[in-house]
Amino acid sequence: MDNGEGNRNGVAAPACGITPVPEGAIQEICEKYGSDKHRMLDILREVQDRYRCIAPTTMDRIASHTGLTRIEVEGVASFYSFLSLAPKGRITIRLCDDIVDRYCGLEDVTKAFEEVLGIQVGQTSGDGAFSLEHTPCIGMCDQAPAAMINDVVLTNLTPESARTAAEALVAGHSPEQLISERFSSLSPYERATRMVDNNVRHAGEVLLGPVPEEAGLSKAASITAAQIISAVEESGLRGCGGAGFTTGRKWRFAAAERSEKSFVICNADEGEPGTFKDRVLLTERPHLLFEGMTIAARAVGANEGILYLRGEYVYLREHLEQVLEERRRRGLLGKEILGTKRFDFDIRIQMGAGAYICGEEGALISSCEGLPGEPKTRPPFPVNRGYLGYPTVVNNVETFCHAARILDKGAKWFHDMGTEGSHGTKLFSVCGDCLNPGIYELPYGHSVWELLEMVGGQDAAAVQVGGPSGTMIARDSFHRKLTFDDLATGGAIIVFNGQRNILEIVDYYMSFFVHESCGYCTPCRVGNVFLQKAIQKFRKGQANPEDIDYLKDLSGTIIETSRCGLGMTSPNPVLSTLQNFPLVYSAMTKPSKDGIRDTFDIQSAIDGARKIAKRRSYIFDKDFTQ
Amino acid sequence: MSGTKKETGFSFTIDGVEVTAYAGQTIMEAADEAGVYIPRLCDHEGLRHQGSCRVCTVKAGGRSVSACTQPAAPGQAVENETPHLNKMRRDLVEMLFHEGNHLCPICEASGKCELQAMAYRLDMTEATKFPYLEPCRALDASHPDIALDTNRCISCGRCIRASQDVDGKGIFGYVGRGIHRRVAVNGANLADTDAEVTDHAISKEVCPVGCIIRKRIGFVTPIGEREFDKGLIGHDIEEKRK
Repeated sequence: MDNGEGNRNGVAAPACGITPVPEGAIQEICEKYGSDKHRMLDILREVQDRYRCIAPTTMDRIASHTGLTRIEVEGVASFYSFLSLAPKGRITIRLCDDIVDRYCGLEDVTKAFEEVLGIQVGQTSGDGAFSLEHTPCIGMCDQAPAAMINDVVLTNLTPESARTAAEALVAGHSPEQLISERFSSLSPYERATRMVDNNVRHAGEVLLGPVPEEAGLSKAASITAAQIISAVEESGLRGCGGAGFTTGRKWRFAAAERSEKSFVICNADEGEPGTFKDRVLLTERPHLLFEGMTIAARAVGANEGILYLRGEYVYLREHLEQVLEERRRRGLLGKEILGTKRFDFDIRIQMGAGAYICGEEGALISSCEGLPGEPKTRPPFPVNRGYLGYPTVVNNVETFCHAARILDKGAKWFHDMGTEGSHGTKLFSVCGDCLNPGIYELPYGHSVWELLEMVGGQDAAAVQVGGPSGTMIARDSFHRKLTFDDLATGGAIIVFNGQRNILEIVDYYMSFFVHESCGYCTPCRVGNVFLQKAIQKFRKGQANPEDIDYLKDLSGTIIETSRCGLGMTSPNPVLSTLQNFPLVYSAMTKPSKDGIRDTFDIQSAIDGARKIAKRRSYIFDKDFTQ
Repeated sequence: MSGTKKETGFSFTIDGVEVTAYAGQTIMEAADEAGVYIPRLCDHEGLRHQGSCRVCTVKAGGRSVSACTQPAAPGQAVENETPHLNKMRRDLVEMLFHEGNHLCPICEASGKCELQAMAYRLDMTEATKFPYLEPCRALDASHPDIALDTNRCISCGRCIRASQDVDGKGIFGYVGRGIHRRVAVNGANLADTDAEVTDHAISKEVCPVGCIIRKRIGFVTPIGEREFDKGLIGHDIEEKRK
């Protein structure tokens, strides 16, 4: 197994000559963030962007400017995928390696890049110009295969378009020029929408239909905090990130904490493979999102807000910064919002740097604090002690947008939509083997079958509901309903036709969880590796019937003993396919004939000893006479 | 215990045995005082609780939680020594054995290793079913008095917390993530740090395995006469109850 142990602390020898980083430059970057250790992620991102790596000497300097130890800086720098201790190319090409991208031709696209750039995936060119990498889902499954080229996103790649792009880059064009020759004169919104399609296929009446400006916020400014919380509670709104906690109750807990400050954080770290709904809201409804955050701030008495934007969505940063600036100008953020006394609130954007675990509430807060993205011990819960120890409300992008609409249209309006226990509408991001991948805003309660008809996915053989941490169902379960009580989902719906290999999908999903585990706790760090190895054994046809029990047993331990939601759900691809596709597994198992496990090759195991002893085995050598 | 503390005390049960706890105490702290041993590896007396090895997983109110971080609650029914929980714990200990290279017969810590002792306590007596990851990490013997063999490290982080909080130094820290996450030192190697053999972080109580090695004192107590050769891990706590 590649344990990445080749170099101490993962620092590889420089692949190319890097220019020494001037001392003053690091100081300048640190000072830009007040030399505040809590802004470590911003500091490291900026160093990475500018110098293409975070070298050991740079870490020493950052440590001394921020009052940390070098190992603390290294702990952060080595945690996030987009930060690198070894030099990266001036242009880093990250090809999205989601299973959907693989099924849409990633392999040929990769080959095209490799051929033109003259490097393999995982390498940096000798002149330091290019790095080529695979990266987990970047949230573009509706337009796969997709790639990030520095901060620019390319979608719907073909071997031809990949070749053209690579050749242009080699010829000296900037990544931005791949989008438009007049990139710099485009507005941030135009830039974002030129790179990425929204693919809104069905607009519902809450989020993607016509939305009046600031109607919710005006209402919120005119009523008390308690009335806001009651309205959100009565609407039945539940968190749209996946866990589904009652939003109003979360706000109530935070509001009840006595503290000098509190915070509102928006979780825009959607990293669940197959989810891209927040990407569309961030592009098309940023005002509604910030309106919702501002309402939450009034409800819980927060003055500061953070939008935690996943590193993969860096192409939206300028657009969102512009919207924030406009809101400040219009008095919708800042002091005395809408002229209301003691209603002060502002929002900053915190960029992530490539870590799925940061979608977990506690890990997201850790990341905002400038730490490695590790979940926090509960209790205390974030509503009691969150960001920097203050009460903190963390909600998903979609949840805040819903809250703003609820304040405008009233709790009953929202409550009447959907089903009992699952009120309102939900954004479903649909991708995979269907005619119309994209975003569908629907009331809760549709069956999977109804959704498949809408998206043109009638020949589906399997549907992954809720992404890898959700449930994979077969045709006999397509009558099941998309609600919290039946098939809960943060939004991801991935359609697979009968040509797809279920075990390949499960193997990919397990590799995703292995890659994305933070490594804090034993079961998730180690157990997921074992689980993936076991699945690979099935794929190779080396599994015994008792290996099915092993899968269930190991999954049970990981789920029960893991510290956070990642480990509590990471065995789901295995368990839900074992339950819904049992024949796939049983077809790949056979009892061993001789009591020796198929994964154990006695010949290679004794080979070393045989050579040392210069003797052969009476028992195991096939033909001892020779 | 002072009189005032007793007044705020409350009781809960661990495997049906009534235990007294005080506001702010974790399940494990209360259990330790009452002479009920809950297996643990990453937790250590005098250090911050971390809750990462998960060996102290207990059931409290029907939910599985780590006893070292979960606050005790009045009237709570905690399950500790059950076949189910011990099976989970054995799985976790086996995972740690398979994640690193643990060759007990040739390890200097044999007989005073908490991982090994925990395996005995949890009846890890059969061949294990997990695959071996067989890491190959460089030995750091740069320091005149201390050597590090992180192939034996179980990522408990006790050295990290001891160095930060007790020694006030911060010699150790975690780097990387997932299966690549591991303990590293604050510099190019250990000799590059201000580590001293007298540090609490280096003392034999802190590292539960044979990862942090003090040079020139190997095998000073012969195998067979070491702490866990004489009794199961946890006996010191359990003896409080007799």
